[in-house]
Amino acid sequence: MSELQDVSTRTKNETMPKITFIEHDGTVHTVEAEIGSTVMETALKNDVTSIVAECGGACSCATCLVHVDEKWFPVVGPPSPEEEDMLDFAFEVKPTSRLSCQIKVTQALDGLIVRTPSYQGR
Amino acid sequence: MSETIKTDVLIIGAGPVGLFAVFELGLLDIKAHLVDILDKVGGQCAELYPEKPIYDIPGIPYITGHGLTEALMAQIKPFNPTFHLGEMVTTLDKIGEPAFRVATDAGKTFEAKCVVIAAGGGSFQPKRPPINGIEPYEEKSVFYAVRKMENFRDKKLLIVGGGDSALDWTLNLQPVAQRLTLVHRRDEFRGAPDSVNKMRELVAAGQMDLKIGQVSELEGDGGKLAAVSIKDKAGATSRVEIDAMLPFFGLTMKLGPVADWGIELKDNLIPVDTGTFESNVPGLFAIGDINTYPGKLKLILSGFHEAALMAQQAYHYVFPDKKLVFQYTTSSTSLQKKLGVA
Repeated sequence: MSELQDVSTRTKNETMPKITFIEHDGTVHTVEAEIGSTVMETALKNDVTSIVAECGGACSCATCLVHVDEKWFPVVGPPSPEEEDMLDFAFEVKPTSRLSCQIKVTQALDGLIVRTPSYQGR
Repeated sequence: MSETIKTDVLIIGAGPVGLFAVFELGLLDIKAHLVDILDKVGGQCAELYPEKPIYDIPGIPYITGHGLTEALMAQIKPFNPTFHLGEMVTTLDKIGEPAFRVATDAGKTFEAKCVVIAAGGGSFQPKRPPINGIEPYEEKSVFYAVRKMENFRDKKLLIVGGGDSALDWTLNLQPVAQRLTLVHRRDEFRGAPDSVNKMRELVAAGQMDLKIGQVSELEGDGGKLAAVSIKDKAGATSRVEIDAMLPFFGLTMKLGPVADWGIELKDNLIPVDTGTFESNVPGLFAIGDINTYPGKLKLILSGFHEAALMAQQAYHYVFPDKKLVFQYTTSSTSLQKKLGVA
Protein backbone atom coordinates (compact mmCIF):
# COMPACT_ATOMS: atom_id res chain seq x y z
CA MET A 1 0.00 0.00 0.00
CA SER A 2 2.66 2.48 0.99
CA GLU A 3 4.48 1.87 -2.29
CA LEU A 4 1.38 2.72 -4.25
CA GLN A 5 0.99 5.93 -2.30
CA ASP A 6 4.59 6.90 -2.99
CA VAL A 7 4.04 6.49 -6.70
CA SER A 8 0.76 8.38 -6.64
CA THR A 9 2.43 11.46 -5.20
CA ARG A 10 4.76 11.44 -8.18
CA THR A 11 2.01 11.67 -10.76
CA LYS A 12 1.47 14.97 -12.48
CA ASN A 13 0.10 17.73 -10.35
CA GLU A 14 -3.00 19.26 -11.92
CA THR A 15 -2.01 22.70 -10.75
CA MET A 16 1.47 22.84 -12.28
CA PRO A 17 2.16 26.35 -13.57
CA LYS A 18 2.12 26.74 -17.34
CA ILE A 19 4.74 28.72 -19.23
CA THR A 20 4.48 29.83 -22.83
CA PHE A 21 7.64 30.17 -24.90
CA ILE A 22 7.28 32.10 -28.15
CA GLU A 23 10.33 31.46 -30.31
CA HIS A 24 11.72 34.00 -32.74
CA ASP A 25 10.34 32.04 -35.71
CA GLY A 26 6.84 32.10 -34.22
CA THR A 27 6.83 28.57 -32.77
CA VAL A 28 4.73 28.56 -29.60
CA HIS A 29 5.27 26.05 -26.78
CA THR A 30 2.91 26.09 -23.82
CA VAL A 31 4.31 23.68 -21.27
CA GLU A 32 4.00 22.67 -17.64
CA ALA A 33 6.78 23.76 -15.33
CA GLU A 34 7.87 22.21 -12.09
CA ILE A 35 7.76 24.54 -9.12
CA GLY A 36 11.31 25.14 -7.88
CA SER A 37 12.92 24.42 -11.26
CA THR A 38 13.98 27.26 -13.55
CA VAL A 39 12.46 28.63 -16.72
CA MET A 40 15.67 27.54 -18.52
CA GLU A 41 15.31 23.93 -17.32
CA THR A 42 11.67 23.97 -18.37
CA ALA A 43 12.71 25.09 -21.86
CA LEU A 44 15.34 22.35 -22.23
CA LYS A 45 12.94 19.66 -21.01
CA ASN A 46 10.44 20.72 -23.62
CA ASP A 47 12.77 21.09 -26.61
CA VAL A 48 12.62 24.86 -26.85
CA THR A 49 15.76 24.83 -28.96
CA SER A 50 16.41 28.56 -28.98
CA ILE A 51 17.47 28.26 -25.34
CA VAL A 52 21.09 27.05 -25.45
CA ALA A 53 22.17 27.21 -21.77
CA GLU A 54 25.79 26.47 -22.53
CA CYS A 55 26.98 26.73 -18.92
CA GLY A 56 24.17 24.58 -17.57
CA GLY A 57 22.48 27.24 -15.47
CA ALA A 58 25.34 28.86 -13.58
CA CYS A 59 24.57 32.41 -14.73
CA SER A 60 27.87 32.30 -16.58
CA CYS A 61 27.26 32.35 -20.32
CA ALA A 62 24.20 34.42 -21.30
CA THR A 63 22.91 31.85 -23.81
CA CYS A 64 19.48 31.35 -22.21
CA LEU A 65 18.20 34.89 -22.77
CA VAL A 66 14.47 35.50 -22.86
CA HIS A 67 12.42 38.65 -23.24
CA VAL A 68 9.76 38.52 -20.55
CA ASP A 69 6.33 39.66 -21.69
CA GLU A 70 5.85 43.24 -20.51
CA LYS A 71 2.73 42.38 -18.52
CA TRP A 72 4.66 39.67 -16.71
CA PHE A 73 7.86 41.59 -16.04
CA PRO A 74 6.64 43.12 -12.74
CA VAL A 75 5.80 39.61 -11.50
CA VAL A 76 9.11 38.08 -12.60
CA GLY A 77 11.13 41.05 -11.39
CA PRO A 78 14.43 42.58 -12.48
CA PRO A 79 17.79 40.77 -12.73
CA SER A 80 20.24 40.65 -9.83
CA PRO A 81 23.45 42.69 -10.22
CA GLU A 82 25.31 39.46 -11.08
CA GLU A 83 22.79 38.60 -13.78
CA GLU A 84 22.85 42.19 -15.03
CA ASP A 85 26.62 41.83 -15.53
CA MET A 86 26.09 38.64 -17.49
CA LEU A 87 23.48 40.32 -19.69
CA ASP A 88 26.38 42.33 -21.11
CA PHE A 89 27.34 39.17 -22.99
CA ALA A 90 23.91 38.80 -24.56
CA PHE A 91 22.59 40.44 -27.68
CA GLU A 92 19.46 42.49 -28.42
CA VAL A 93 19.02 43.05 -24.69
CA LYS A 94 15.72 44.77 -23.90
CA PRO A 95 14.43 46.36 -20.68
CA THR A 96 12.49 43.15 -19.92
CA SER A 97 15.29 40.74 -20.84
CA ARG A 98 16.29 38.09 -18.31
CA LEU A 99 18.46 35.00 -18.23
CA SER A 100 15.98 32.16 -17.94
CA CYS A 101 18.28 30.11 -15.69
CA GLN A 102 17.82 32.79 -13.06
CA ILE A 103 14.00 32.73 -13.06
CA LYS A 104 12.69 30.21 -10.52
CA VAL A 105 9.26 28.77 -11.26
CA THR A 106 6.62 29.58 -8.64
CA GLN A 107 2.84 29.27 -8.60
CA ALA A 108 2.71 33.03 -9.21
CA LEU A 109 4.27 32.48 -12.64
CA ASP A 110 1.35 30.36 -13.89
CA GLY A 111 0.59 31.74 -17.36
CA LEU A 112 4.03 33.36 -17.85
CA ILE A 113 4.88 34.34 -21.41
CA VAL A 114 8.49 34.72 -22.58
CA ARG A 115 9.94 35.30 -26.04
CA THR A 116 13.26 33.87 -27.17
CA PRO A 117 15.77 35.81 -29.31
CA SER A 118 16.94 34.75 -32.76
CA TYR A 119 20.51 34.29 -31.58
CA GLN A 120 22.09 33.32 -28.28
CA GLY A 121 25.68 33.99 -29.27
CA ARG A 122 26.27 30.71 -31.05
CA MET B 1 59.07 27.11 -35.15
CA SER B 2 59.52 24.19 -37.52
CA GLU B 3 60.91 22.00 -34.73
CA THR B 4 58.75 18.99 -33.94
CA ILE B 5 57.94 18.24 -30.32
CA LYS B 6 57.90 14.50 -29.66
CA THR B 7 55.86 13.18 -26.78
CA ASP B 8 54.06 10.03 -25.66
CA VAL B 9 50.61 11.61 -25.46
CA LEU B 10 49.23 14.94 -26.60
CA ILE B 11 46.18 16.08 -24.67
CA ILE B 12 43.91 18.56 -26.40
CA GLY B 13 42.16 20.61 -23.73
CA ALA B 14 43.45 21.59 -20.29
CA GLY B 15 40.14 21.52 -18.44
CA PRO B 16 39.68 19.40 -15.31
CA VAL B 17 39.52 16.14 -17.26
CA GLY B 18 42.56 16.92 -19.42
CA LEU B 19 44.48 17.84 -16.27
CA PHE B 20 43.51 14.66 -14.46
CA ALA B 21 44.54 12.65 -17.53
CA VAL B 22 48.10 13.89 -16.87
CA PHE B 23 47.88 12.28 -13.43
CA GLU B 24 46.60 8.92 -14.63
CA LEU B 25 49.11 8.81 -17.49
CA GLY B 26 51.90 9.97 -15.21
CA LEU B 27 51.36 7.07 -12.81
CA LEU B 28 52.05 4.80 -15.78
CA ASP B 29 55.24 6.72 -16.74
CA ILE B 30 53.56 8.27 -19.77
CA LYS B 31 54.64 11.84 -20.55
CA ALA B 32 52.12 14.37 -21.79
CA HIS B 33 51.92 17.77 -23.42
CA LEU B 34 48.69 19.76 -23.29
CA VAL B 35 47.33 22.32 -25.75
CA ASP B 36 44.48 24.68 -24.89
CA ILE B 37 42.98 27.59 -26.79
CA LEU B 38 42.53 29.57 -23.56
CA ASP B 39 45.49 31.42 -22.12
CA LYS B 40 44.94 29.66 -18.79
CA VAL B 41 44.33 26.13 -17.54
CA GLY B 42 40.99 24.93 -16.17
CA GLY B 43 38.77 25.07 -19.25
CA GLN B 44 35.13 25.83 -18.43
CA CYS B 45 35.98 25.78 -14.69
CA ALA B 46 38.31 28.72 -15.27
CA GLU B 47 36.48 30.51 -18.04
CA LEU B 48 32.79 30.05 -17.26
CA TYR B 49 32.49 29.54 -13.53
CA PRO B 50 35.73 30.18 -11.61
CA GLU B 51 33.82 31.40 -8.54
CA LYS B 52 30.81 29.11 -8.85
CA PRO B 53 30.38 26.17 -6.47
CA ILE B 54 30.72 22.52 -7.54
CA TYR B 55 29.11 20.06 -5.11
CA ASP B 56 29.57 16.72 -6.85
CA ILE B 57 33.29 16.00 -6.86
CA PRO B 58 33.59 12.76 -4.86
CA GLY B 59 35.08 13.40 -1.45
CA ILE B 60 35.00 17.18 -1.84
CA PRO B 61 31.67 18.51 -0.53
CA TYR B 62 32.29 21.98 -1.94
CA ILE B 63 34.84 23.55 -4.27
CA THR B 64 34.85 26.38 -6.82
CA GLY B 65 35.88 25.97 -10.45
CA HIS B 66 39.04 27.90 -9.67
CA GLY B 67 39.70 25.85 -6.55
CA LEU B 68 39.34 22.58 -8.43
CA THR B 69 41.73 23.77 -11.12
CA GLU B 70 44.31 24.77 -8.49
CA ALA B 71 43.94 21.43 -6.72
CA LEU B 72 44.37 19.47 -9.96
CA MET B 73 47.46 21.51 -10.85
CA ALA B 74 48.93 20.63 -7.44
CA GLN B 75 48.03 16.96 -7.92
CA ILE B 76 49.74 16.70 -11.34
CA LYS B 77 52.81 18.75 -10.42
CA PRO B 78 55.02 15.65 -9.89
CA PHE B 79 54.51 14.74 -13.55
CA ASN B 80 55.68 18.11 -14.83
CA PRO B 81 53.47 18.35 -17.92
CA THR B 82 54.20 20.95 -20.60
CA PHE B 83 51.41 23.38 -21.41
CA HIS B 84 50.91 25.14 -24.72
CA LEU B 85 48.29 27.75 -23.87
CA GLY B 86 46.53 30.19 -26.15
CA GLU B 87 46.92 27.77 -29.06
CA MET B 88 44.38 25.87 -31.07
CA VAL B 89 45.08 22.49 -32.63
CA THR B 90 44.25 22.91 -36.29
CA THR B 91 45.27 19.64 -37.94
CA LEU B 92 45.67 16.05 -36.85
CA ASP B 93 47.12 13.41 -39.16
CA LYS B 94 47.63 9.73 -38.57
CA ILE B 95 51.26 8.82 -39.31
CA GLY B 96 51.63 5.40 -37.68
CA GLU B 97 49.99 2.51 -35.85
CA PRO B 98 49.26 4.44 -33.77
CA ALA B 99 51.11 7.73 -34.12
CA PHE B 100 49.84 11.19 -34.91
CA ARG B 101 51.16 14.48 -36.17
CA VAL B 102 49.36 17.46 -34.72
CA ALA B 103 49.80 21.12 -35.59
CA THR B 104 48.63 24.27 -33.81
CA ASP B 105 47.72 27.71 -35.10
CA ALA B 106 50.87 29.01 -33.39
CA GLY B 107 52.98 27.00 -35.82
CA LYS B 108 53.97 24.19 -33.45
CA THR B 109 54.08 20.58 -34.57
CA PHE B 110 53.82 17.57 -32.28
CA GLU B 111 54.39 13.90 -32.87
CA ALA B 112 52.63 11.72 -30.34
CA LYS B 113 51.92 8.02 -30.03
CA CYS B 114 48.44 8.78 -28.72
CA VAL B 115 46.19 11.82 -28.75
CA VAL B 116 43.58 12.46 -26.08
CA ILE B 117 40.79 14.84 -26.99
CA ALA B 118 39.53 16.37 -23.75
CA ALA B 119 38.07 19.42 -25.42
CA GLY B 120 34.78 19.66 -23.51
CA GLY B 121 32.25 21.64 -25.53
CA GLY B 122 34.89 22.43 -28.13
CA SER B 123 37.15 25.43 -28.36
CA PHE B 124 36.29 28.76 -26.78
CA GLN B 125 35.88 31.36 -29.47
CA PRO B 126 34.70 34.98 -29.38
CA LYS B 127 30.97 35.56 -29.60
CA ARG B 128 29.96 37.27 -32.81
CA PRO B 129 27.44 40.06 -32.39
CA PRO B 130 24.28 39.34 -34.41
CA ILE B 131 24.56 42.44 -36.56
CA ASN B 132 23.25 42.01 -40.07
CA GLY B 133 26.01 41.66 -42.62
CA ILE B 134 28.93 41.58 -40.16
CA GLU B 135 30.73 38.62 -41.82
CA PRO B 136 32.37 40.46 -44.74
CA TYR B 137 33.95 42.91 -42.29
CA GLU B 138 35.46 40.26 -40.02
CA GLU B 139 39.28 40.27 -39.95
CA LYS B 140 39.21 43.32 -42.26
CA SER B 141 37.69 45.96 -40.03
CA VAL B 142 35.91 43.96 -37.35
CA PHE B 143 38.34 42.23 -34.96
CA TYR B 144 37.67 39.99 -31.97
CA ALA B 145 41.24 40.20 -30.72
CA VAL B 146 44.11 42.67 -30.92
CA ARG B 147 47.22 41.07 -32.34
CA LYS B 148 49.22 44.22 -33.05
CA MET B 149 48.32 47.59 -31.56
CA GLU B 150 50.18 49.30 -34.39
CA ASN B 151 47.47 48.14 -36.80
CA PHE B 152 45.14 50.58 -35.09
CA ARG B 153 47.40 53.63 -35.08
CA ASP B 154 45.64 56.83 -36.19
CA LYS B 155 42.41 54.92 -36.82
CA LYS B 156 38.92 55.81 -35.67
CA LEU B 157 38.10 52.88 -33.37
CA LEU B 158 34.90 51.59 -31.86
CA ILE B 159 35.16 49.19 -28.92
CA VAL B 160 32.01 47.40 -27.79
CA GLY B 161 31.50 45.85 -24.35
CA GLY B 162 31.66 46.53 -20.62
CA GLY B 163 34.05 43.96 -19.19
CA ASP B 164 37.78 43.89 -18.64
CA SER B 165 38.67 43.07 -22.25
CA ALA B 166 36.72 46.05 -23.56
CA LEU B 167 38.10 48.38 -20.89
CA ASP B 168 41.70 47.18 -21.09
CA TRP B 169 41.78 47.61 -24.86
CA THR B 170 40.09 50.99 -24.53
CA LEU B 171 42.86 52.17 -22.22
CA ASN B 172 45.63 50.60 -24.31
CA LEU B 173 44.40 51.78 -27.70
CA GLN B 174 43.17 55.26 -26.75
CA PRO B 175 46.69 56.81 -26.99
CA VAL B 176 47.30 55.10 -30.35
CA ALA B 177 43.95 55.72 -32.05
CA GLN B 178 42.98 58.91 -33.81
CA ARG B 179 39.68 58.77 -31.91
CA LEU B 180 38.23 56.01 -29.77
CA THR B 181 34.58 55.43 -28.94
CA LEU B 182 33.47 52.90 -26.33
CA VAL B 183 29.93 51.56 -26.68
CA HIS B 184 28.18 49.69 -23.88
CA ARG B 185 24.52 48.85 -23.38
CA ARG B 186 24.33 50.46 -19.92
CA ASP B 187 26.21 53.10 -17.97
CA GLU B 188 27.63 50.53 -15.54
CA PHE B 189 30.73 48.47 -16.13
CA ARG B 190 31.56 45.11 -14.64
CA GLY B 191 35.29 45.55 -15.37
CA ALA B 192 37.88 46.41 -12.73
CA PRO B 193 36.88 49.66 -10.92
CA ASP B 194 40.32 51.15 -11.55
CA SER B 195 39.94 50.69 -15.32
CA VAL B 196 36.44 52.12 -15.20
CA ASN B 197 37.74 55.23 -13.39
CA LYS B 198 40.56 55.71 -15.87
CA MET B 199 38.15 55.38 -18.78
CA ARG B 200 35.76 57.91 -17.20
CA GLU B 201 38.64 60.35 -16.69
CA LEU B 202 39.52 60.12 -20.38
CA VAL B 203 35.89 60.76 -21.31
CA ALA B 204 35.71 63.75 -18.94
CA ALA B 205 38.91 65.15 -20.45
CA GLY B 206 37.41 64.88 -23.92
CA GLN B 207 40.04 62.37 -25.04
CA MET B 208 37.58 59.65 -25.98
CA ASP B 209 33.83 59.13 -26.34
CA LEU B 210 31.48 56.88 -24.41
CA LYS B 211 28.11 55.96 -25.88
CA ILE B 212 25.42 54.00 -24.08
CA GLY B 213 23.50 51.77 -26.47
CA GLN B 214 23.80 48.80 -28.81
CA VAL B 215 25.30 48.71 -32.30
CA SER B 216 22.40 48.19 -34.68
CA GLU B 217 23.79 48.67 -38.16
CA LEU B 218 27.07 48.71 -40.08
CA GLU B 219 27.90 50.91 -43.08
CA GLY B 220 30.78 50.28 -45.42
CA ASP B 221 31.94 48.63 -48.57
CA GLY B 222 34.16 45.69 -49.52
CA GLY B 223 34.88 44.75 -45.93
CA LYS B 224 35.88 48.29 -45.06
CA LEU B 225 33.75 49.85 -42.33
CA ALA B 226 32.76 53.51 -42.71
CA ALA B 227 30.28 54.03 -39.88
CA VAL B 228 28.00 52.30 -37.38
CA SER B 229 24.59 53.15 -36.03
CA ILE B 230 24.07 52.95 -32.29
CA LYS B 231 20.63 52.61 -30.79
CA ASP B 232 20.12 53.93 -27.27
CA LYS B 233 17.63 52.63 -24.68
CA ALA B 234 14.94 55.04 -25.84
CA GLY B 235 15.33 53.75 -29.42
CA ALA B 236 17.07 56.85 -30.80
CA THR B 237 19.84 56.16 -33.28
CA SER B 238 23.15 57.96 -33.61
CA ARG B 239 25.87 57.44 -36.20
CA VAL B 240 29.61 57.22 -35.57
CA GLU B 241 32.20 57.22 -38.34
CA ILE B 242 34.81 54.52 -37.74
CA ASP B 243 37.59 52.56 -39.42
CA ALA B 244 37.49 49.50 -37.19
CA MET B 245 35.27 47.84 -34.61
CA LEU B 246 36.37 45.59 -31.74
CA PRO B 247 33.45 43.72 -30.11
CA PHE B 248 34.12 42.01 -26.75
CA PHE B 249 31.10 39.86 -25.86
CA GLY B 250 32.93 37.01 -24.18
CA LEU B 251 33.47 33.50 -25.45
CA THR B 252 31.34 30.64 -26.61
CA MET B 253 32.24 27.02 -27.32
CA LYS B 254 32.43 25.73 -30.87
CA LEU B 255 33.44 22.25 -31.90
CA GLY B 256 35.98 23.79 -34.26
CA PRO B 257 38.61 21.83 -36.21
CA VAL B 258 37.86 18.48 -34.45
CA ALA B 259 35.19 17.98 -37.08
CA ASP B 260 37.87 17.86 -39.81
CA TRP B 261 40.10 15.15 -38.37
CA GLY B 262 38.34 12.15 -39.84
CA ILE B 263 36.92 10.97 -36.52
CA GLU B 264 33.44 9.49 -36.43
CA LEU B 265 31.10 12.04 -34.83
CA LYS B 266 27.55 11.79 -33.55
CA ASP B 267 25.69 15.05 -32.88
CA ASN B 268 29.06 16.83 -32.64
CA LEU B 269 30.28 14.37 -30.01
CA ILE B 270 32.85 11.58 -30.35
CA PRO B 271 31.47 8.06 -29.82
CA VAL B 272 33.88 5.96 -27.74
CA ASP B 273 34.39 2.42 -26.53
CA THR B 274 33.59 2.47 -22.81
CA GLY B 275 36.37 0.01 -22.01
CA THR B 276 39.12 2.18 -23.44
CA PHE B 277 37.58 5.56 -24.31
CA GLU B 278 39.04 5.29 -27.77
CA SER B 279 37.31 6.77 -30.77
CA ASN B 280 36.94 4.78 -33.98
CA VAL B 281 40.62 5.59 -34.60
CA PRO B 282 42.94 3.41 -32.46
CA GLY B 283 45.18 5.53 -30.26
CA LEU B 284 42.89 8.53 -30.55
CA PHE B 285 40.95 8.91 -27.32
CA ALA B 286 38.09 11.18 -26.28
CA ILE B 287 37.32 11.85 -22.61
CA GLY B 288 35.05 14.27 -20.76
CA ASP B 289 32.15 16.27 -22.16
CA ILE B 290 33.21 15.78 -25.78
CA ASN B 291 32.56 12.03 -25.91
CA THR B 292 29.33 10.07 -26.05
CA TYR B 293 28.31 6.52 -25.14
CA PRO B 294 25.18 4.88 -23.77
CA GLY B 295 24.44 6.36 -20.36
CA LYS B 296 26.94 9.20 -20.73
CA LEU B 297 26.68 11.93 -18.11
CA LYS B 298 28.47 15.22 -18.63
CA LEU B 299 29.96 15.27 -15.16
CA ILE B 300 33.53 16.02 -14.13
CA LEU B 301 33.56 12.81 -12.11
CA SER B 302 32.70 10.77 -15.22
CA GLY B 303 35.57 12.42 -17.06
CA PHE B 304 37.95 11.42 -14.26
CA HIS B 305 36.90 7.78 -14.58
CA GLU B 306 37.28 7.98 -18.35
CA ALA B 307 40.81 9.38 -17.94
CA ALA B 308 41.83 6.43 -15.76
CA LEU B 309 40.63 3.83 -18.27
CA MET B 310 42.10 5.74 -21.20
CA ALA B 311 45.52 5.66 -19.53
CA GLN B 312 45.42 1.88 -19.20
CA GLN B 313 44.85 1.50 -22.92
CA ALA B 314 47.35 4.21 -23.87
CA TYR B 315 50.01 2.27 -21.93
CA HIS B 316 49.77 -0.59 -24.42
CA TYR B 317 50.50 1.76 -27.30
CA VAL B 318 53.29 3.68 -25.56
CA PHE B 319 55.01 0.58 -24.11
CA PRO B 320 53.90 -2.26 -26.41
CA ASP B 321 56.40 -4.73 -24.96
CA LYS B 322 55.71 -4.09 -21.29
CA LYS B 323 53.15 -5.79 -19.11
CA LEU B 324 51.00 -3.43 -17.04
CA VAL B 325 50.59 -4.40 -13.39
CA PHE B 326 47.74 -2.62 -11.67
CA GLN B 327 48.79 -0.82 -8.47
CA TYR B 328 47.34 1.43 -5.79
CA THR B 329 48.85 4.76 -4.79
CA THR B 330 48.11 3.86 -1.16
CA SER B 331 50.42 0.84 -1.13
CA SER B 332 52.74 0.96 -4.13
CA THR B 333 56.21 2.29 -3.38
CA SER B 334 56.85 2.67 -7.09
CA LEU B 335 53.77 4.88 -7.57
CA GLN B 336 54.65 6.85 -4.46
CA LYS B 337 58.14 7.47 -5.83
CA LYS B 338 56.60 8.93 -8.98
CA LEU B 339 54.43 11.15 -6.82
CA GLY B 340 57.49 12.24 -4.85
CA VAL B 341 56.10 11.06 -1.52
CA ALA B 342 58.02 7.82 -0.94
